[in-house]
Amino acid sequence: MVAKSTTLSNSPTEAPPMPRLLRVLTVVTILGFALTFYLGFFVAGRDIQQGEIQRIFYLHMPSFFGAFTAFGATVLGGLIYLWRKSDIWDKIALAGVEVGLAFALINLVTGAIWARPIWNTWWTWDPRLTSAAIMALTYAAYLMLRAGIEDPNRKRAFMSVYGILAFVSVLTTLFIIRIVPETIHPVIVGASPQNAQGSFEATSGVVMALVPSMLLWLTLMPITLIWHRVRLEDRIEAVGRLKLKILSE
Amino acid sequence: MNTGFISAVLAIVSKDLRAELRSRDVISVTAMFALLSILVFSFALELDKVAREEAVSGVLWVTLIYASILGFNRSLALESDRGVLDALLLAPISRSAIFLGKLLGNYTFTVIVAMVILPLMHVLYNKPLLNGWLILTAVIGIFGFCTIGTLLATMTVQTRAREALLPIALLPVALPLLLTAVRATSGILRETEWQVWLQILCGICIIYFVMCWLLYGYVLEE
Repeated sequence: MVAKSTTLSNSPTEAPPMPRLLRVLTVVTILGFALTFYLGFFVAGRDIQQGEIQRIFYLHMPSFFGAFTAFGATVLGGLIYLWRKSDIWDKIALAGVEVGLAFALINLVTGAIWARPIWNTWWTWDPRLTSAAIMALTYAAYLMLRAGIEDPNRKRAFMSVYGILAFVSVLTTLFIIRIVPETIHPVIVGASPQNAQGSFEATSGVVMALVPSMLLWLTLMPITLIWHRVRLEDRIEAVGRLKLKILSE
Repeated sequence: MNTGFISAVLAIVSKDLRAELRSRDVISVTAMFALLSILVFSFALELDKVAREEAVSGVLWVTLIYASILGFNRSLALESDRGVLDALLLAPISRSAIFLGKLLGNYTFTVIVAMVILPLMHVLYNKPLLNGWLILTAVIGIFGFCTIGTLLATMTVQTRAREALLPIALLPVALPLLLTAVRATSGILRETEWQVWLQILCGICIIYFVMCWLLYGYVLEE
């Protein structure tokens, strides 16, 4: 199968120029990130009960949805790879896993920092926390499994299958608080479970800071990072080819 | 030239069962492991009688999962070493027939192991495990594990570090099943709400079955 990647350069030592759209996306994403920080820190009001720590929420929840988009890209990449067998979709799937895993870790770490003053513990085996940790582990397993398969075509097909299967853990995390009601994790959209601890009202200030951040993490952040990661994968392949060429000379 | 779907499935299952009857390669190892695991848990938790009784459904399912992982690895490693998977691919049968055949074979072995350890745990842990609903939960939950186990074992058996990779790949994906199966089992034992958990367990099993059924063909492709 010939690589159909558009960014493939003829010269392995020289990276192809960055497409204009990617440059624009990168700049917009960085500016947007700065804007959401400004909104979260200065525009949104100080929460009466929780104080400044509540502001971490403007990063905590959007990062989960960023992971959702990135892992969704893995499913999409996997499905299209299995259908079309073109390498670029497998690279997108891999990039989705790495970006999503990074976002999921941001989500877990910010959650732990928030929980320390509010729940008086870094971690608790709450259903939602547990399923979020399992989700991260599932995608860590993806990377381990990927490293263990040698044949490239087999690797791409297998990892497409596993990437599709692994999305079950994302859906579990998303819906577990509707299934297992004894969680203490608050729900911002809709009514919180009865014993949720640390809920707060979604006032206009909260919405002002949350909506741009959600939009940014749902779309621009994962797309830009995945695109950069796919280009990096192209470079890794080019270096591999160069190595082979030097070895054969 | 196509052999009928059901006869192809039955041929694969009967081949697996016949090979197992003659060699006892899979069941002997898994049943032995399950017995040892129950004893180890029993010793490890013995200090606290209350904790042991509370933990019984967890012990049951953890034992079943680890034993079945061992069984999947063993049954597919034998297939792959003897070139049976390649031969099955050459046969004029559909890939879903191969999946269903392997699934039913693995399922039979795991259910047999479960039927051995349930009475044993009934005695050793002094809990009424031989309850009709509990056996039904076990039979359904094991089916779910076997669907993803068969798919993932077929994948990992073709990798470099095959025995080590199956638990890493399987356990995170199996956790929704484990969670609901344990909840249903302990609900039945404590006579609290369990019907909901059994329903969710059935739902997850159906989702996994359909996913694995559709994806299995890609795992066998050369």
